Amino acid sequence: MRKTVIKNLVMVALLGMIMPATGFAADTIKIGVAGPHTGDLAPYGIPTKEAAEMVAAQVNAAGGVLGMQIEVLPMDDQCKPEIATNAATKLVSLDVDVVIGHVCSGATKAAMGIYKEAKIIAVSPSATNPPLTQSGDYPNFYRTIAPDDDQGKLASDFATDKLGAKRIAILHDKGDYGKGFADFAKQFIEAGGKAEVVLFEGVTPGAMDYSAVVQKVRREKADAVIFGGYHPEASKLVSQMNKKRMKIPFIGPDGVKGNGFLEIAGKDAEGVYATGPMDVSDYAVNQKAKADYTSKYGKEPGTFFDQGYAAMQVILNAIEVAGGTEYAALEKALKSSYVDTAVGKIKFDAKGDAEGVGFSVFQVQDGKFVELN
Amino acid sequence: MEYFLELSSSGLVRGSIYALIALGYTMVYGIIQLINFAHGEIYMIGAFVALIVSGVLTIYGFSGISILILAALIAVIYAAAYGYTLEKIAYRPLRNAPRLSPLISAIGMSLFLQNYVLLAQTPDFLRFPALIPDFEFMEPIAHIMGSPELVIVVTSAVSMVGLTVLIKYTRIGKAMRATQQDMTMARLVGVNVDNVISMTFIIGSVLAAIGGVLVGSYIGQINFYIGFMAGVKAFTAAVLGGIGNIPGAVLGALVLGLTEAYAAGYISSAYEDVFAFGVLVLILIFRPSGLLGKAVKQKV
Repeated sequence: MRKTVIKNLVMVALLGMIMPATGFAADTIKIGVAGPHTGDLAPYGIPTKEAAEMVAAQVNAAGGVLGMQIEVLPMDDQCKPEIATNAATKLVSLDVDVVIGHVCSGATKAAMGIYKEAKIIAVSPSATNPPLTQSGDYPNFYRTIAPDDDQGKLASDFATDKLGAKRIAILHDKGDYGKGFADFAKQFIEAGGKAEVVLFEGVTPGAMDYSAVVQKVRREKADAVIFGGYHPEASKLVSQMNKKRMKIPFIGPDGVKGNGFLEIAGKDAEGVYATGPMDVSDYAVNQKAKADYTSKYGKEPGTFFDQGYAAMQVILNAIEVAGGTEYAALEKALKSSYVDTAVGKIKFDAKGDAEGVGFSVFQVQDGKFVELN
Repeated sequence: MEYFLELSSSGLVRGSIYALIALGYTMVYGIIQLINFAHGEIYMIGAFVALIVSGVLTIYGFSGISILILAALIAVIYAAAYGYTLEKIAYRPLRNAPRLSPLISAIGMSLFLQNYVLLAQTPDFLRFPALIPDFEFMEPIAHIMGSPELVIVVTSAVSMVGLTVLIKYTRIGKAMRATQQDMTMARLVGVNVDNVISMTFIIGSVLAAIGGVLVGSYIGQINFYIGFMAGVKAFTAAVLGGIGNIPGAVLGALVLGLTEAYAAGYISSAYEDVFAFGVLVLILIFRPSGLLGKAVKQKV
């Protein structure tokens, strides 16, 4: 007899816990923010959390979305895949409507399967690993940052479409960054079929000169050079190409696009192309977000703040357009309407990558990098 | 064929620079059996001095070839002073110490000079003005060997002839040869051995500084670290030719430079260092004392 009483009490208590939660769900929108909030990678996760909270506070103060208040639920994954799956499960059990995250590509990959089963959309501010969108495994995945291969694609498209190159020489400095960029450029040129990669070769950073390699480029009759690496090697290469009377376009990645290259290469820099992150500091939304942050925290926002801010903005906009948090409607809204965000005017393509973010091609004109359109 | 000439020209240029540095290694080794690891840093300092001087001269309105000559001259004097001082403070006190001690001292000086320039100047690459004018030659000569490359090869050749004359036909050259053969005996017959050794360091440093100025002007950039790799390559060249042997150093440097250029041109530039050091290993297997080195019996 006593036991049943206790049982009933427990039941009542449990129900009591569940009831308000379900009753609440109608008038709040729960947004999970997952990423490293502790540990050594926390500097990559905290700015996104702060951005999400800032946007939520502003929207709530203005009456919320569709009359509902926004609730931000931060969840720490320390950038570790095994913790990320737990964090994802927890967020699903808390019945979140949308997730912002995760931050690291590995953790994101681990968590995405769980969100996919639960039919929850996740928008990452920072997971740049290309297959996350391109594999098609995670139709519920979106990101407000350009994928790693974007620069390689931009450089190869620029060489083949804008410059009309048919025979492209790709050089790199053998490092992770430089060779990674070169690999992607090669892949896209070969896939595009508009030009041929006539030379794909590493150069030794710190070697006395690159004249032998330059001669090799000449022998292959290349009509453009794509280089993956940093500015010291790039300036050495362009200066030796000029010395060897080779006047073909030279395209580098964002490791070349900087004042270091302009200073070292001097006159030889003239006309060189480089890809680099789009300049967003002119956007009013970006300026306002940064100013708000600085007045609240008294410091400059950290890494991925812009992207986190933009992720929150696109989600709230999509909920408003979709008239709720139903999966199919949200998906349609994310992919169809442009939103003014902290990273520019963006919408998502069929695979979940943002259109309108990422890299532009710059050219050195009169000793300055000028953005080409 | 044209491609072969292009590669040969680039190998010859590299080889000439290696030779200028390698001579310093080999001369010092010939006389005091010391591998002066700080020699690459002298080359780097030469380039830095030339850069600073040419900057100042440009401000004062000097132009073209006069900047080149003055900058090179001051760089050479500076580098000679560094070489002289280096020997005086880092090696002379250890003249009679076990052979390992001056070697460690040399490595220490190398690190010291690198970090000194790093702190006193900058860790970044600096633009080096093209002091050697780049004339418009006729094609196809222009892209096979332009005027800066020609100047490098000719300057190196002239320096080497000068060095040979100095060693063969002058008093100090005779004293150097005597010291190389037997230091104690040379001292007994009245050769001031300390002066001879100082002179050897000065000559080596002068050649290295010339190399530094030429390279800086040719590739257009320098930083505090360029001496390290150049030093390693030049040392390799000296060993390749037979360390202690002056024509050997030049031959070794040319072999090394050409090997690198052909390896980069016909195989892959990613592996040029692999081939360069591979050749060293092969030559040392079949000729342990180097291409022109004589097998000297160890004096016990």
